[in-house]
Amino acid sequence: MEVEQLKAVSKNVRKDILTMLTEAGSGHPGGSLSAVELLVELYFNQMKFNPDNTTDPGRDYFILSKGHACPVLYSVLSQLKCVDNKELCTLRKPGSRLQGHPAKDKNLPGIEVSTGSLGYGLSIGVGVALGIKSRQGANRVYVMMGDGEQQEGSIWEAAMSAGHLKLDNLCAIVDYNNLQIDGKISDVMGVEPLADKYRAFGWHTVEIDGHDFKQISKAYAEAKSTKSRPTMILARTIKGKGVSFMENNVDWHGKVPSKEQRDMALKELEK
Amino acid sequence: MVEVLGKKATRFGFGEGLLELGKKNPKVFALGADTAASVALNIFAEAFPERFVNVGVAEQNMMGVAAGLAVAGWIPYAATYGVFAAGRPWEQIRTTICYSNLNVKIGGSHSGVMVGPDGATHQALEEIAIMRCLPNMTVIVPCDMVETKKATMEASRIDGPVYIRYGRESVPIITSEKTPFKIGRAEVLTEGKDVAIMACGTMVYEALVAAEALESKGIGARVVNVHTIKPIDEKTIADAARECGAVVTAEEHQIHGGFGSAVAEVLVKNAPVPVEMVGIMDVFGESGNPADLMKHFKLKDTDIVRAVEKVLKRK
Ligand SMILES: Cc1ncc(C[n+]2csc(CCOP(=O)(O)OP(=O)(O)O)c2C)c(N)n1
Ligand SMILES: [Mg+2]
Repeated sequence: MEVEQLKAVSKNVRKDILTMLTEAGSGHPGGSLSAVELLVELYFNQMKFNPDNTTDPGRDYFILSKGHACPVLYSVLSQLKCVDNKELCTLRKPGSRLQGHPAKDKNLPGIEVSTGSLGYGLSIGVGVALGIKSRQGANRVYVMMGDGEQQEGSIWEAAMSAGHLKLDNLCAIVDYNNLQIDGKISDVMGVEPLADKYRAFGWHTVEIDGHDFKQISKAYAEAKSTKSRPTMILARTIKGKGVSFMENNVDWHGKVPSKEQRDMALKELEK
Repeated sequence: MVEVLGKKATRFGFGEGLLELGKKNPKVFALGADTAASVALNIFAEAFPERFVNVGVAEQNMMGVAAGLAVAGWIPYAATYGVFAAGRPWEQIRTTICYSNLNVKIGGSHSGVMVGPDGATHQALEEIAIMRCLPNMTVIVPCDMVETKKATMEASRIDGPVYIRYGRESVPIITSEKTPFKIGRAEVLTEGKDVAIMACGTMVYEALVAAEALESKGIGARVVNVHTIKPIDEKTIADAARECGAVVTAEEHQIHGGFGSAVAEVLVKNAPVPVEMVGIMDVFGESGNPADLMKHFKLKDTDIVRAVEKVLKRK
């Protein structure tokens, strides 16, 4: 898919995110909006993923370690017709397959594993990548994490094992939006220098603008061609990207727009 | 009518209690894990920034650091959502905090299905079980905001680990400053001789409403607020069971290993009467609004009434 089309899809995904979160009345817009381009490029251009057969053994795997950002994933899955667009408005409602955090037991196509407790996705990714290697498979594994999430110790146990096991079929992405719940990452508990840390653990690292499709696709390609090492894409992003009153504003981590704010946001996206 | 004195989330009882305690006791220190505002730690943090540390999204580290602060002579209060306060750092709590009997207080917020739309990952339903099995640990599940405040302050008098379980959602206030509260002592709220309803946390209110409905049916229910799950008040529980001859337990928590199990342990030893348990029936939570979820998981006053009717048939 060409950049212009990717941008059009991204715009729709952002609209979905705002619409579904407003409808749900709770949830996490900031970290959903920051990850849009990273996921759109991944699902539309990079991953082996068949929307009609999401459990195909030949598929690439995606794990949303920062599970609270699931609206972006649900929307991408609906753009791919895995999920009916109408179902998006059931987000966070009783009995919905679109739980507040991705729920494996609800059998939504494309959800590999339940997540939402931070710090677990990279270990799961290491396990999937190791499992694929152990059966000489060619599939790839993608794990998306938050930058605040990097504070969890379990991430570093996983990072160590991925480097040690030379899992070059594993590509991790950090949605580096500089914010967590309680404020700026650098004020709460700094994680820098992140690239150096991953390199020290045996990873190949790439630093990009996480809203620039050219850079994103180049980074994924670089991950595919990197041998004997896992790749970490540190994607500089803007929390709340696309909605000016949400951008870089920590208040929009876990707060949803009112109907008026949603309409303002949708209008801005149309510009 | 059950006397309701207002409505407020129990987390604010923890926050206000900690603030008051901080003013009185210069040794109180607080730790947060990137959820400081939502678990009401910010009230203390703003008043005493020099006695507060936010460790980030790093709950295992938080418990280790709290342990170290206790070793250095402070009285640390570490708090976050219950799943991440009790579950994630469980072995740090077990081996570092409880085994050394360190003076660490743990605030487990966001308990129960009333967490609502965040769903199963964030609804703590197992902490009573996994905290009460630990030697040296005291476990308190206050019934409302006022009692949570008292529990938070009283916990500082215990020289050892204490787990306080509280919630995110607004719930009725059913106790006042004057209501007696002593860690380890259950409070009998209504006199009755037909059935004893033992409840903790949010279910105390539901039990009181159930008792009213039962009264109109001619059934006298003795509602007991068992806010301290460990050490449990064996005498009050056994006396109530003996005098009433049947017991219903009620908790917003898994049915296995939790509060009902703790009561049953007392009863099998002292007063083996029929027991029915109201709680989460060995399933995970779901997204939804808090009130709907309480109904969906059968945690309402009406469910307690049904359990009473069932247990009375076994008397
Ligand atoms: C183990 C765990 N602790 C705490 C939380 C609560 N929580 C949800 S999102 C979040 C902040 C995450 O920040 P970041 O990783 O930077 O995510 P983003 O900015 O992309 O939303 C926290 C602490 C959680 N989900 N899991
Ligand atoms: Mg972030």
